[in-house]
Amino acid sequence: MATSARTSTDTPAGTEKGVRPGPGRGPGGAPGPGRELRRDRAPGPGRRRGAGSGSGHGGWTPWLYLAPALAVLAGLLVYPIYQLGLISLLEYTQAQVSGGAPTSFQGLGNYRALAADPEFWRVLLATVVFAAACVVATLAVGCALAVLLTRVRAVPRLALMLAALGAWATPAVTGSTVWVFLFDPDFGPVNRLFGLGDFSWTYERYSAFALVLFEVVWCSFPFVMVTVYAGIRAVPAEVLEAAALDGASQWRIWRSVTAPLLRPILVVVTIQSIIWDFKIFTQIYVMTNGGGIARQNLVLNVYAYQKAFASSQYSLGSAIGVVMLLILLAVTLVYLRLVRRQGAEL
Amino acid sequence: MTFLKPHPKPSLKPHVKPHRKLSRTLSPGPFPKPARSPGPGPSGRLGAAVAGLALAGLAVAGCAPGTSGTGAQRDDKGGTLRVWLFQEVGNKPKERVVDSAVAGFRKRHPEARVEIEYIPVETRAQRIKAAFNDPASAPDLVEYGNTDTAGYVKDGGLADISAEFGAWDETRDTDPTARTSVTVDGKVYGAPLFVGVRALYYRTDVFRELGLSAPKSQTELIATAKKAHRARPELYGLAVGGAYTYGALPFLWAHGGELATRDGGTYRAAVGSPAARRGIAAYTSLFGPDNCPPAKCAAMGGNATVTAFASGRAAMAIGGDFSHAAVEAGPVKGKYAVVPLPGVKPGSVAPAFAGGNNLGVLRSSSHRTLAVELLKSLAGKETQGRLFDAMGFLPTYTDVRAEAARKQPFVKPFIDTLAAGTRFVPGSPGWGRIDAGQVLPTMFQEIVSGRKDVATASADAARTMDAAFAEAG
Repeated sequence: MATSARTSTDTPAGTEKGVRPGPGRGPGGAPGPGRELRRDRAPGPGRRRGAGSGSGHGGWTPWLYLAPALAVLAGLLVYPIYQLGLISLLEYTQAQVSGGAPTSFQGLGNYRALAADPEFWRVLLATVVFAAACVVATLAVGCALAVLLTRVRAVPRLALMLAALGAWATPAVTGSTVWVFLFDPDFGPVNRLFGLGDFSWTYERYSAFALVLFEVVWCSFPFVMVTVYAGIRAVPAEVLEAAALDGASQWRIWRSVTAPLLRPILVVVTIQSIIWDFKIFTQIYVMTNGGGIARQNLVLNVYAYQKAFASSQYSLGSAIGVVMLLILLAVTLVYLRLVRRQGAEL
Repeated sequence: MTFLKPHPKPSLKPHVKPHRKLSRTLSPGPFPKPARSPGPGPSGRLGAAVAGLALAGLAVAGCAPGTSGTGAQRDDKGGTLRVWLFQEVGNKPKERVVDSAVAGFRKRHPEARVEIEYIPVETRAQRIKAAFNDPASAPDLVEYGNTDTAGYVKDGGLADISAEFGAWDETRDTDPTARTSVTVDGKVYGAPLFVGVRALYYRTDVFRELGLSAPKSQTELIATAKKAHRARPELYGLAVGGAYTYGALPFLWAHGGELATRDGGTYRAAVGSPAARRGIAAYTSLFGPDNCPPAKCAAMGGNATVTAFASGRAAMAIGGDFSHAAVEAGPVKGKYAVVPLPGVKPGSVAPAFAGGNNLGVLRSSSHRTLAVELLKSLAGKETQGRLFDAMGFLPTYTDVRAEAARKQPFVKPFIDTLAAGTRFVPGSPGWGRIDAGQVLPTMFQEIVSGRKDVATASADAARTMDAAFAEAG
């Protein structure tokens, strides 16, 4: 297609990816036994720490050992965020970068400009609602398929696993392009299959968001599925057996035994999904051609990209980035608090 | 199905420019710096260690976004001149023309060496911005799309060559729109290299079969499009796109509308004026089940409409002289003709957008005099005539263009369109922002999808444009 060259741009400066942990890191230690183990070992390090502070020397030694890791963290996390925050307080466009105009300190001017822009609020609302829908759909599909995995035989399980891993391994741009083609009004097999004629999925706002949602769920459910599946497998068989012997129904076993044991995993998976789906870029950019008809499908990340890179208003784009960062931090903290109040350990 | 070669015309440029990383120089910029970092406070070892690390990080990486000075320090009379030109599809003929022009230049200036680099069109915005940021690796002379002129000038990248341009006798024949495309605030920032202009492509076989003739006025054009679609429902009558700004603007201009008017030093958007609204209404009336269904056409840009025509899915389309090769490569080869896009009055021509490329000297060039001399060789009449023979680029000199039309009858409708008068986008850096913000495509799409009526959508677009003009100057 002649347009494919235009849409091949990937995410801006890796803002979307890079936070995905490997499959093994999220679930971490298996819930039940892992916690027991940690509790058993707890006195060990505690005693040693007590001894160290008692002797009163070597205060800098731990920092020395930590220094390489801290330096990497400072370089990769603190410094970019510092730059982001700094640029968001300046007037910094292409003219300032290339020396055509002096850089000036704007205080919160960029944030005021954002707050005064009705489009920003519209896009913010769309992003929140769309991300919430994506999170719910991804978790539902992922958990349902994880349960299904535990119920089927080896061959279908392998097939489902491979299919999911295939979806997971597909680059976002490729996946998006394929999905747009599948739903193409003229050549797409989906419309032909369901007899939808030449219905254009990207024309209406909600059908376009729905199409993107399908793709997002398709490419992010495997992480949820694999993680939850691993969690379910780690639930000790004797616990389930005991529950069954006590006469609990399947649903009761899930609600009272499996789900509480899975909670730490579900928390991790939910936070991950919130972060990814709030920062959706590629799918919207590719599937709706940069924001949809009359910008109806813009989300915050694409909006920031348009401001920062398409029209070279780096400072305004940075301000949007800072706002996104704060929103995500707030959402994550509130969510963690809620979970902790319910008594789950992390 | 690649029908379209990616020409460096403004219409075909990527919707969103490739992103670039902020480059930082180690030298701090000339602006007030926020405090570097809190000193080690009483908060204990952790605070001290973090602060120490932060300071170390700052010392290594520099503490603020950088700014590069691009003003030239010297004007050397010898040495190497570096030139960036766009890499075309099938670039060899262009290289031959450029090489012979450079050879002529070397004969007159044996003390100068010339290094030509052909840069890929897709990443040109990135490359040129990077060149502005890092004068040390920047070229002396660049080719650039003419809608970028005002933005590049605002960025401080291009040198003012008004005096040299004025003293150069060949520029007497430069057509006025081409001159506008290198002019910002009355100063000249380069020389036009070629122009690109759009006209009406139509299918001769379909027209013959349906007993239609090439439309003479805009009313006739719209009626013809609907007639063709009614008789052949599988074809768009006239392929139009909600994101095809440069296909839509001739309608606006034909009704006497303007994008913006100059009021003293600043531009004011005029898309909300009654004349502009009539033009917008005429263009958007082409979206509908009777010509080009909005569900498909609202999202289309210029490429998509030309592809539709080239692949035989449209009876008419608005395409450029640079679309010729793409159309020739499709199944409609030999079954089409081109006429100027008709205006409102029968027999008139709608004012077209004059796209094209310019050559400019960078402000950071340390060989300014030589660079201007080389620019004259590369953008002069002789080279432009040869570039037309080799690449089909329309010359920017009226006399050279007339000669071209004599040699190649195909370009006649395009040259007639140019002769009838062309228009250009506002020469303000705000235009770059309006273009990148998709203000006009959004306006057209809002109207054709029924979200807003013409008056509301155009008033909203005018407000957005005014904000961009006010902010970007």
